[in-house]
Amino acid sequence: MTSMPAAAARSTSNGVLMTLRKIVASQEFALFISLITLIVLVGSVNSNYVRPNNLLSVLQGNAFAAVAAIGMSMVIISGNIDISVGSVVGVLAVICGNVSKAGAPDVLAWAVPIVLGAGVGAVIGFLVAYMRIPSIVVTLGLASILKGGLILVTEGREISGFNESFLIAQMRPLGISVPIIAMIVLTIIVAFWMRYSTFGRSIYAVGGNPEAARLSGINDRRVILIVFILNGIFVGIASLLFATQLDIIRATVPANFELLVITSSVVGGVSILGGVGTVIGSTLAAILLNAIGSALVFINISPYWLRAFQGLLILVTVLIDLFRRRRQGIGV
Amino acid sequence: MQLDIQRESGGIREESARRRVRNALLSQEAILFAILMIAVVVLASRSPNFLTASNLLTQGRLMAEVALVALPMTFIIITGGIDLSVGAIFGLCAILLGWTWDNICLDPLAIKTRGMECAAGFPLELAIVAALIAGVLCGLVNGWFIVRVKVPPLIMTLATLALFRGLAEGISQARSVRGYPDWFYQLGQGDLFGVPTQIWVVIVAAIVAGIVLSRTTFGRSLYAIGNNETATRFSGIAVGRQKMIIYAFSGAMAALAAWIFVSRVSTTRSDMGTGLELDVIAAVVLGGTSIFGGTGSIVGTMIGVVTIKLLQNGLSLAGVTGDATIIIVGAVLILAVLINGIVQRRSGRS
Repeated sequence: MTSMPAAAARSTSNGVLMTLRKIVASQEFALFISLITLIVLVGSVNSNYVRPNNLLSVLQGNAFAAVAAIGMSMVIISGNIDISVGSVVGVLAVICGNVSKAGAPDVLAWAVPIVLGAGVGAVIGFLVAYMRIPSIVVTLGLASILKGGLILVTEGREISGFNESFLIAQMRPLGISVPIIAMIVLTIIVAFWMRYSTFGRSIYAVGGNPEAARLSGINDRRVILIVFILNGIFVGIASLLFATQLDIIRATVPANFELLVITSSVVGGVSILGGVGTVIGSTLAAILLNAIGSALVFINISPYWLRAFQGLLILVTVLIDLFRRRRQGIGV
Repeated sequence: MQLDIQRESGGIREESARRRVRNALLSQEAILFAILMIAVVVLASRSPNFLTASNLLTQGRLMAEVALVALPMTFIIITGGIDLSVGAIFGLCAILLGWTWDNICLDPLAIKTRGMECAAGFPLELAIVAALIAGVLCGLVNGWFIVRVKVPPLIMTLATLALFRGLAEGISQARSVRGYPDWFYQLGQGDLFGVPTQIWVVIVAAIVAGIVLSRTTFGRSLYAIGNNETATRFSGIAVGRQKMIIYAFSGAMAALAAWIFVSRVSTTRSDMGTGLELDVIAAVVLGGTSIFGGTGSIVGTMIGVVTIKLLQNGLSLAGVTGDATIIIVGAVLILAVLINGIVQRRSGRS
């Protein structure tokens, strides 16, 4: 009889151990450790790197990309991809700036890119979920249409001379800039929502095995449509942060932005095969990528090598993901 | 009885012949060709400069790079794969071509530094060969990971898109290379029998690729892989080897296109070929190759390349900013897949 409580105690301690082991083995933990290691190593070479100011700018530099990566993570977890984010951000930023210049109140100017982002997401989602066009084709085509449209409409002119109250990304409530706050708050909310809500779980189900998800009563088309709309909202927020970070909005698509966002998601542990990953990972990865870029400057390596590092990093994480899956027997 | 059967089989034969004619007329290639002809007529009526020999030859010169890379892309998409890294391979090879020629010294063997005496520079011929080999190697890297490690092609080539472009940026340090010797420009700017040199290259490559795809066991096996990879493997076809070959072919053609491009524009920059993958995939898909694999042809791809280029050219002659004509590429890509999907679903093939 006495063995009962002992067994129970052992199983709870096993449970705690299991959870601990799970945390330690997670991609998020690995990223966190890499980030700390990087900061310590580079800081010991060049102490300017660990100055609070620089660390804050490391946090802020990719914040808008991290916000977009939240949406991208959902899209990838659902088994799709979006390579139009760069063009969408470019277009929405210009529209946002023009609305403000036209004399609209700030709140309206801020809302416009978010609403339009949701609209663009709805179009992509409809074509992918209901017209059955692969997301890569839809977003590749859309990227081209928007990029061309941007050149056609703006003719490359830039917009400047905004009211100070419009530039939300430069505000610092509580001494921390808005992009950092947006990144952290949105990441936490979405992480909880994806883990504990029914809809959040159904995204994983659709990405992991669409057939099984459908058979268990999930409307997979609707899930994909909503995922793309949510992604559009996050892209909209990202473009708002991008548009207001400087006093000037250039009528160009931020170069290789989609690649940075996808890299953040993939390096953050979101499996490109669908069904796995968290937005905490993608945000940590976005920060890590910027930390690497900043570190290159501080240890005197040409920043032109940054993209090669990023490519290598994606490759390594994808391989680790594949080997992990194979060992667990999930299969590819 | 006898007569009945004969009449019946005659009827069947007649019907199957009629169906074949109808299929040929309704094939993606035929529809596309009709669209191309209509577009040419409309564009010609809008601008007197459009349908002139010199404009068409110039357009031919401009479409050579996309056309060359579209050939292996057709093979790859037919097998159900994709190669997003072609633009990055293109950029890396362009950089390697210019950088090795400009920066490597053979006597003494070193990388040139400022003010260094160099008795024997790196010959340009060798630099071209190096770039072509690098292209094949890039393709083999893609192929190896896709075949051996089973990384999905979309992801693998997305990763190498960043990697190869990053290498191009890192190696070049954003410096451009110009001042090539005169003979080098023959390929990109010269003529052969009154036709731009690279058009001959495209014609030869397209004919060879078309014959390989439709008339050889290798080509037919690509369709088999695209339709049912497992069944293909079980019927004794070396699926992995075929895939390695087509991804290496893709790298080689990207390198060849880069060589032609550098020769045409007389300079080398690390951002060359950005977005090339989009043009190429759009042309292939527009040409009737299903993005899900299993169907497609070189003829269709070539018509797709020509259609997109002429539409872009027509738009820019009509006064649209050159860069903005990429709208047409995107719209055409989405519409082509949409219509293809609807047609396939109606005929009950999907």
